[in-house]
Amino acid sequence: MNDMRILIIEDDREAAAYLVKAFRESGHLCDHAADGLDGYARAQDGNYDVLIVDRMLPKMDGLSLIGGLREQKIETPVLILSALGQVDDRVKGLRAGGDDYLAKPYAFSELLARVEVLARRRGGAGGEPTAYRVADLELDRLSHTLSRGGKDIPLQPREFRLLEYLMKHAGRVVTRTMLLENVWDYHFDPQTNVIDVHVSRLRGKIDKGSAAPLLHTIRGAGYMIRDSAR
Amino acid sequence: MTALGKLLRTTAFKLSLAFLVLFAIGAGLLLGRVGNNVRGLIDEQAAQTIDAEITGLSEQYRQGGIRRLVDAVERRAGRPGASLYLVTTFAGERLAGNVAQLPAGVLNTPGAVETAYQHVGEQIAASRALARIFALPGGFRLLVGRDLGEREILARVLIRALLTSLFWLTILGTAGGLFVARRVLRRVDAMTASAQTIMSGDLAQRLPLAGSNDELDRLAQNLNAMLDRIGELMRGLREVSDNIAHDLRTPLTRLRNGAEEALRANASPQDARAALEKALEESDGLIRVFNALLLIARAEAGASRETMSDFDVAAAARDVAELYEPIAEEQATTLTLDVDDGLYVHGHRELIAQALSNLLDNALKYGRPASGGPCAVRFAARKVGGCVEIEISDRGPGVASDDRARVLDRFVRLEGARSAPGSGLGLSLVNAVAHLHQGSLRLEDNAPGLRVILALRAAAPPAAIAPPQTQLVAAT
Repeated sequence: MNDMRILIIEDDREAAAYLVKAFRESGHLCDHAADGLDGYARAQDGNYDVLIVDRMLPKMDGLSLIGGLREQKIETPVLILSALGQVDDRVKGLRAGGDDYLAKPYAFSELLARVEVLARRRGGAGGEPTAYRVADLELDRLSHTLSRGGKDIPLQPREFRLLEYLMKHAGRVVTRTMLLENVWDYHFDPQTNVIDVHVSRLRGKIDKGSAAPLLHTIRGAGYMIRDSAR
Repeated sequence: MTALGKLLRTTAFKLSLAFLVLFAIGAGLLLGRVGNNVRGLIDEQAAQTIDAEITGLSEQYRQGGIRRLVDAVERRAGRPGASLYLVTTFAGERLAGNVAQLPAGVLNTPGAVETAYQHVGEQIAASRALARIFALPGGFRLLVGRDLGEREILARVLIRALLTSLFWLTILGTAGGLFVARRVLRRVDAMTASAQTIMSGDLAQRLPLAGSNDELDRLAQNLNAMLDRIGELMRGLREVSDNIAHDLRTPLTRLRNGAEEALRANASPQDARAALEKALEESDGLIRVFNALLLIARAEAGASRETMSDFDVAAAARDVAELYEPIAEEQATTLTLDVDDGLYVHGHRELIAQALSNLLDNALKYGRPASGGPCAVRFAARKVGGCVEIEISDRGPGVASDDRARVLDRFVRLEGARSAPGSGLGLSLVNAVAHLHQGSLRLEDNAPGLRVILALRAAAPPAAIAPPQTQLVAAT
């Protein structure tokens, strides 16, 4: 999905300028508000696909801003950026109405991947489909079965959830931390690259002997499942 | 504040004063009561004596009329003593007796009376007497009485005693109060002085003890213990900051070198790019170390209690084992899982899961047998007494007993581990998590290998899904 409209509410001008530039280079429309009140006023039109909100803002802090928007039934997805990266702060941010939380410092690729996932959530409000399909790979969420080219592939429950998450966001980059958070429900950083091993095992099952691999590693960012023929 | 003002304001002095007033009131009440009783006793005795005299005199009157009575009164009045007699005519003229004068009208009312009188041979009517007056036939009046001088003397003695004792009580009480106040004040001043020295930076100083083991001493002891603990924490903090300075300088230097390398005038675009990628990697490593340090600090400070809940550590253990299972397989390590069901603890699910993942990560990284034999890691959890014990053991080289306490410190990495990736913070975090949950972390010899046991206090399983037997046990 291209052409997302993103509003960045961040008081550090240098950081904001970098983000605006980076998002525009990625093909998105991006505005910047330098304090809480300005950000609140702009976010009220509801024309944005995603809001990126710093927690500590002058004039109105990030969490109050989100609370105010939610009270007015403005459900634009919000990603909270914060220098407070501890588990408890994260919980507080999500409770206040945020949809995702990213601690500073972060990699831009991580932010981009998360923002794209959030923006998509807004578009597809019609509930989750019962099956995902990428090229000849078919995943049935009801019967918990997977097949490629009509051939059944048995998966462990966790592998199934991993693939389900990847296929739900097919065509988009999914980072390792996103996988750890959404498939395992952990928010810490395992010292070893355990996620890579899980993904490569999954790849072994779905792409083995195939001329057209579907599960791709995006260097410096994460993974993506996509139909490479298209 | 002047020295005296300070002294007078002490609690000890104020207490002494309060007691002084209480004692004075007590002494006054006691003496007043004694005086009153003795006075009653004297009055009663006087009345009895008077009655006896009256009996004797009425006998005389009955036998010989007024003449005999006057004779008897004359005789008795001549004797020394406190008895008083008076016989008068109807006109109030004295016939016999030792009473010279009475206030007007006293003789007109028969019965008992207390009155002033003038003794024969005295100049003024200064004495007091208790008397009974009788009207005799023919208008004669008879007065039989008793001088009350003894009573007056007694009252004077008692009042003097009261005043004297109050005087000494005040002197002694004030002096005692000042003495005690000065003693206490001196000790409190000494403690204050020490506290000020400590506040100004001399943390080795301690509050003085008098050795009497009284309440001030106990207070000082506790404050000293508190200072010891603070000192310990400060030392720990200093150590940590030293370690951080040391361990972060190296990657920071590499980061800086990378940026310099990329900026070098004759660097090719490829070289510059490679150098920048290296710098990015270094900064990611630094961020990871910072996050781990912050997390340890948070756990040690006892924060994040609000997000604690009762959860099944067995499920968390299985999850973590499942997370690492492919890595074990890749390394050809046998990962044996021996986890009992339903091990509930009250805690921070995320932190405990991270602690378990750190332990498993360590076992997989460093648990290779030196001999090159097959790798085996055992991951077990069970309930032991009131604790849930999670045990992770490997068959690697283990940790020498001298190093076991040391490896829990931040940034400590043993010789053999230096080449492997890692920050030396993994076990520190596990230790901090154990402390946060009032649990413990033990490192033991697995002969060969290392066995790490994380013990957490067990919580009651949620009632809804607990089997009946467990409910019974929980209820008793």
